[in-house]
Amino acid sequence: MTETVRDTQAQIIESLRKLLKKPATLGPTTNIVKDLQLDSLAVMDFIMSLEDQFEIVIPLDRVAEVETLGDLALVVDELRGRK
Amino acid sequence: MSILSKFAPLRQTYDQLRSVGQNPFEMVFEGMLSSTEGMYRGRKTILLGTNNYLGLTFDEACIEESVAAVRAHGTGTTGSRIANGSYGTHRTLEKSLAKFFNREHCMVFSTGYQANLGMLSTLAGKGDYLLLDSDSHASIYDGARLGHAEVVRFRHNDPDDLHKRLKRLANEPGQKLVVVEGIYSMLGDVAPLREFAEVKREMGAWLMVDEAHSLGVLGDNGRGLAEEAGVEADCDFIVGTFSKSLGSVGGFCVSNVEDFDILRVACRPYMFTASLPPSVMASTIMALRRMQEEPQRRKRLHENAERLYYGLRNLGFAVGPQCSPIVSVAVADAPLAVEFWNRLLEGGLYLNLALPPATPTPAPLLRSSISAVHTPAQIDRAVQLFEAVGRQLGVLPPLVNTTARKRVSTPISAPPLAEVAMLASGGIR
Ligand SMILES: Cc1ncc(COP(=O)(O)O)c(C=O)c1O
Repeated sequence: MTETVRDTQAQIIESLRKLLKKPATLGPTTNIVKDLQLDSLAVMDFIMSLEDQFEIVIPLDRVAEVETLGDLALVVDELRGRK
Repeated sequence: MSILSKFAPLRQTYDQLRSVGQNPFEMVFEGMLSSTEGMYRGRKTILLGTNNYLGLTFDEACIEESVAAVRAHGTGTTGSRIANGSYGTHRTLEKSLAKFFNREHCMVFSTGYQANLGMLSTLAGKGDYLLLDSDSHASIYDGARLGHAEVVRFRHNDPDDLHKRLKRLANEPGQKLVVVEGIYSMLGDVAPLREFAEVKREMGAWLMVDEAHSLGVLGDNGRGLAEEAGVEADCDFIVGTFSKSLGSVGGFCVSNVEDFDILRVACRPYMFTASLPPSVMASTIMALRRMQEEPQRRKRLHENAERLYYGLRNLGFAVGPQCSPIVSVAVADAPLAVEFWNRLLEGGLYLNLALPPATPTPAPLLRSSISAVHTPAQIDRAVQLFEAVGRQLGVLPPLVNTTARKRVSTPISAPPLAEVAMLASGGIR
């Protein structure tokens, strides 16, 4: 994992922690839907807030490939790099 | 392991739903008595969830046209227009719609769903961007998935949010197509179209408006939200359906964009499906005429909408943020919603039960759509039933001095849905 991915991931985890009501162990292998019990509405809302946080656009097909927080960090990091 | 095993969780939810009473997603009416009444299990039932905004499904003139067409041209076209050719009626229907909307071009589709599939997937190609309101109808999301454009969502009814996202895409070379709806089908809220049009102009994007629920409902002439907001010139594409205010089935897109007709040989959901049968088109053409000849239907529709919306709101129900012919009541959770819906049906009132994720927020909805031909007595009956069931189930506080049944759940305070909507985002339907 590169330095920037690690940094992106840390920021995503921090944002997620604020969103979740219950404390949870969050790491690269955390499955966003299964482990966090977020419904699809909540996930999409979280994605939109990440778009704002990182000033990027995450197209829906990129969201579809994401299962874990690690996947999400990779996608966000790549899109950040493109700016 | 069956190929359907993946649906086990859905099966479980669905079975739970069915165990409560009637199955809200498999209702079978024995017959329709009028645009507002049907027979269900041997009983006259008020229909309050049919999107039959102008009540034209039993219009004599529409029926006559349909019957004449089926006699003259047969029951179906048995193929697509590019293969089997068009009938004169296809052309007449397209010309009537184009004229009504004051547009150069019109294409009709076999359903409104296919109109969205076709337009979104074809207009926006590889390298282009589709910007969708987060509360968009399933047909809009599906159209986006069928095509090859990048799909971006913006916050529901939020022109500033759209602006922000378009700005992030300013240096991308692709075309940008913004898609919004006139009236949103779940809560009945209306898009701030004038502001969206401003953003579209400033950022050089294209704009499509789905007037499925606003055709015949909004605008002095019933042309929808674009007319009402005075921004028709900014709306490059208007799509809509015949299945609501026009009382039949089918979809359309009208536009002034040059060379529009090339889509007839590029748009797959137009090309590879059977075209509309003559009887359907004949009643639709007549319904379009009736709609224009009888603007008083629209007036009555709005009076009826107010009667229902304020009737429910004044009782303390959590209705949508604004009054429109779609009136939805939010309740706390799915079991309560299913129970509520069943009791209304037992009382002789049918409406739609909408459960998340089909709803814009996690709250399930009891969704009504009002018609111009509902009588005040029918609406009052609906409100009374809502009140009675609301008190039985503790959605409304019990009246003092009544022998109200013991509450089955804690009372749910009723914040206006607009507030709920701010707490949760829109969802993929
Ligand atoms: C916003 C919207 N667009 C499109 C459609 C699809 O219309 P149709 O019933 O003609 O397929 C609907 C209705 O279901 C709708 O609510």
